[in-house]
Amino acid sequence: MSTGLEKRATRVEVSEDDLEALLGDRALGRDDHLNAPGFVIRPDDVQDVLTDLRDEAGFDHLSCLTAQEYSDRYESIYHLKKYADPTQEVSVVVPTTTDDPVSQSAEPVFRTADWHEREAFDLVGIDYEGHPDPRRILLPETWQGHPLSKGYDQEKPQIVTLSEHANPIQPDHHDEESDTMFLNIGPHHPATHGVLHVKTVLDGETVVDIDPDIGYLHRCEEQMCQQGTYRHQIMPYPDRWDYVSAGLLNEWAYARAAEDLANIEVPEYAQIIRTMGAELCRIASHMLALGTFALDVYGDFTAVFQYAFRDREVVQDILEDLTGQRLMFNYFRLGGVAWDLPEPRDEFIAKTRDFLDELPAKVDEYNDMITSNEIFQVRCHNTGILEPEVAKQYGCTGPVARGSGIDYDLRRDDPYGYYENLEWDVVTQDGCDNYARVLVRMQEVEESAKIIEQCLDLLEDWPEDDREVQANVPRTLKPDADTEVYRAVEAAKGELGIYIRSDGTDKPGRFKIRSPCFSNLQALEVMSEGEYIPDLVASLGSLDIVLGEVDR
Amino acid sequence: MSSNNPRQSIHDSTAPSTDTRDSRIGEGPDDRFNSKLREAFGASPFILTKFDKFMNWVRGNSMFMLQFGIACCSIEMIHTYAIKHDLDRFGAGVPRASPRQADVMIVPGTIVSKFGPRMKRVYDQMPEPKFVVGMGSCTISGGPFQEGYNVVKGAEEIIPIDIHVPGCPPRPEALIYGVAKLQERIRNGESSPVVVKPYELEQFGDLPKDELVQKLASEIDEDDLVMRYNWADSP
Repeated sequence: MSTGLEKRATRVEVSEDDLEALLGDRALGRDDHLNAPGFVIRPDDVQDVLTDLRDEAGFDHLSCLTAQEYSDRYESIYHLKKYADPTQEVSVVVPTTTDDPVSQSAEPVFRTADWHEREAFDLVGIDYEGHPDPRRILLPETWQGHPLSKGYDQEKPQIVTLSEHANPIQPDHHDEESDTMFLNIGPHHPATHGVLHVKTVLDGETVVDIDPDIGYLHRCEEQMCQQGTYRHQIMPYPDRWDYVSAGLLNEWAYARAAEDLANIEVPEYAQIIRTMGAELCRIASHMLALGTFALDVYGDFTAVFQYAFRDREVVQDILEDLTGQRLMFNYFRLGGVAWDLPEPRDEFIAKTRDFLDELPAKVDEYNDMITSNEIFQVRCHNTGILEPEVAKQYGCTGPVARGSGIDYDLRRDDPYGYYENLEWDVVTQDGCDNYARVLVRMQEVEESAKIIEQCLDLLEDWPEDDREVQANVPRTLKPDADTEVYRAVEAAKGELGIYIRSDGTDKPGRFKIRSPCFSNLQALEVMSEGEYIPDLVASLGSLDIVLGEVDR
Repeated sequence: MSSNNPRQSIHDSTAPSTDTRDSRIGEGPDDRFNSKLREAFGASPFILTKFDKFMNWVRGNSMFMLQFGIACCSIEMIHTYAIKHDLDRFGAGVPRASPRQADVMIVPGTIVSKFGPRMKRVYDQMPEPKFVVGMGSCTISGGPFQEGYNVVKGAEEIIPIDIHVPGCPPRPEALIYGVAKLQERIRNGESSPVVVKPYELEQFGDLPKDELVQKLASEIDEDDLVMRYNWADSP
């Protein structure tokens, strides 16, 4: 564990001049975003430029790939960051022509680009040359057209197949020595945490190859956000991305991006409420992760699972008092929150404090039942190994990255809200296995409790005439045309980023969601191949994916 | 204390108020039927009812749910099963992972094009008689995602639904109410008629040969099951 301020002292700055010098002639022009300098490059320079940025300038985190169509061109934007310091960002903008949208694939440089580029092809229609697996990812294989491109007709009929009996012995995995078996896990399966479909090839009990098939919950979140107005119509949707009670954390991602875009200042008092609410959500989310993981690993629908849900109920009660909703809070507003703490304040604060007071005893209980349980340790220790270098290649963030010893937490490294002024620690574990990831989540619950406690102290003593919950924000927001911003927050599962391009109207021109689960799930193949199939289930559980966010 | 007049209701403790225990220990016949239930039925331990009615009563009071999570609503559904709300109290809360062991399917979430055929298949695998509770706005109309290019406008486009529970998501209490209503309907022998739905699983070869079918003819085998979505006709 390290404390809040240690890491920022070691930052190495790369100035824009250095970047310009590094890219040289390859930079055709500049297309700066609010958060980062942007360089326009040719579509066949992608690998070259990204390799240089990674190796020479240290941008080792491909956070997101945004694809979009303008009236005269397609554009892929690679949002790069550093794991050591995520405030240093650079955008690489790759325009391609409308009649021949072919761009070089970044997959050889950043492994995570694999799925991101498939998604860009699927929804927008850009082809990536040299991509190892250029298939659709979210929509069915037989889908016609690219729904987020211009001129897509939503009314057209579509045909979707139900290929129920995929060839049980795949010829490409079959050899003389070992007979392999093909196994479908999901999309309706208790261990997949939703509607994930994992195509698995087994050799005996050993996993030879897996191919996660996603898109069974692709409910057009980006389209919905592009149809909503900034001020009120977008905020309800973030709750439904990561629906495991992480609502406020998601809302914050949108709030942060939109507030930066429209240059809105949030009052300090509202920031404290936000911070407190967000951490309550994190506790609720980690509790569910813990309960379902125990369910996956030792089929325990009784003790651990019910204990975790008992504690979630308490958190949900508190959040309901605060926001008026159990699950879909819609509590943040641009420039603050919807309303102040519920009256009577003392009662709310006392209730929350009661929960915090009881938490240490409950955590002890979990430690007795879960982490110190020998069977559990045997199941989780040294399974689902994810080395830190591999995790970075796959763009893993959140507890998954921190379980692999990557000291990366946006709450500290790219501060927002009130986190900077509070005393808390970033939890990391070096185990790189399923056990480490569980430990990280359990300890993060304690850290969140610390944060909430400090927020409560502040809220309790806050002068009554200075309780400003919302800044003065115009009724209709129309940011300047072609302003672009990419902002991320530390959601329960990792880095949740939002890219918004405004087109001068009161609705976003392009709204792109960078989901932590999408990137984390991609790492499942390295974690489970060569291991036993029960360990695949454990690894999947320890990634703590939520399909609403993977598919969006 | 048994009598020949059936009683309408039983109050207080459910322990037998007769001397059964004494009679078991003592001499004479073992009067095991001498219970509160016996009191309720009167002297003769026979119930005369229609078999159908009896079966409906049994069905309504022992429902096996399908363990079926789709989206946000499934979190509230888990809460309904779990501690505090405990749906099991109502004789309806044993989640079964296999559709072949389930008689009620709670559809908790948004149905998208890729999942539609799968849900239909899972529904088909459940043994008759089967019932469906549609949970949340998405299963009614597509909910907040209704305008999405990929979203089926309500689960009723694909499978018959007995009870709709509105909400986004409905609170556990609401779901319990919905399930209780379903039990009531089952006891009364009602269920939604199964009719042809807008979206059915069909063999690709049976589809009318329109432009789209001809385009896909090289990719899809004649015998493959497909679902054809007519987005323009959806509400």
